[in-house]
Amino acid sequence: MKSLAELQAIKDKMKSKVVLREGTNEIRVVVGMATCGIAAGARPVLNAFVEAVNEAGLAGEVTVSQTGCIGICQYEPVVEVFEAGNKKTTYVKMTPEKAKTVVEKHLKGGKVVAEFTIESK
Amino acid sequence: MKELSLNVLDITENSVKAGATLTEISITETDTELIISIKDNGCGMSEEILMSVTDPFYTTRTTRRVGLGIPLFKLAAEMTGGRLEIKSRTKDMDPEGHGTAVTAYFFKNHIDFTPLGDIVSTLTTLIRGHAEVDFLFTHEKDGRCVTLDTRELRAMLEDVPLDTYEVIKWIEGYLEEQYDNL
Repeated sequence: MKSLAELQAIKDKMKSKVVLREGTNEIRVVVGMATCGIAAGARPVLNAFVEAVNEAGLAGEVTVSQTGCIGICQYEPVVEVFEAGNKKTTYVKMTPEKAKTVVEKHLKGGKVVAEFTIESK
Repeated sequence: MKELSLNVLDITENSVKAGATLTEISITETDTELIISIKDNGCGMSEEILMSVTDPFYTTRTTRRVGLGIPLFKLAAEMTGGRLEIKSRTKDMDPEGHGTAVTAYFFKNHIDFTPLGDIVSTLTTLIRGHAEVDFLFTHEKDGRCVTLDTRELRAMLEDVPLDTYEVIKWIEGYLEEQYDNL
């Protein structure tokens, strides 16, 4: 049975880590979560990013967050990746599988997955 | 929407955007009915806006954030023979009890009933996306109840944020375990 005592243990463990994490985020992954994005499948895409980023050990450098509609509803789920130097990549028609590929090749490997980007459509 | 839980995610995003500090998501289920209520303490809507939010083609800039969310949720309810109700009070109308309550009534045995789907994923997505605000979730069925109150978790966690990966995983497990017994 899950108990609040477990949460206490998580708190104690995290408290020592919190300081280390601050200020080290360099890449931002932003998932569109307005009605259009949600209807097109953004929720599992967002969750896949969170899971894959943590599994890849990138939680210190990558933050995954959500935003509203950016106006290209026909391409949802849309995911934008912001990197240092104002570099922005827009991935379109994303799926959880594509999300894993982006984490592996782009976020970890540093290489944009060109065939998933809006430019390829 | 493929699942009602996606409508819940969508509508609750409106509550967060309306500046709610607490949003109560309640699901009440019987053999034949499913009632979903999303009630917030946000800024509320004027009567004029309230009258137009169910119209998908009413899209002035001030109400743009509402968009298709409410019409889709209303349609999902009405397709089963049910209905959608919205009550809202602005801060001017009601300085103490302002906010919006959206309640949708579904008939579960209707062929066009959309399944609830992965509500746990909706809740973890909401908490992760808006760790600074509180959610009170209840799902009642046959006298049993699944509950989650982020205010309790927040008090326990002190300055560890709710969107910490390990905390979200714990919340997911905590809810799934309760659902195993529902």
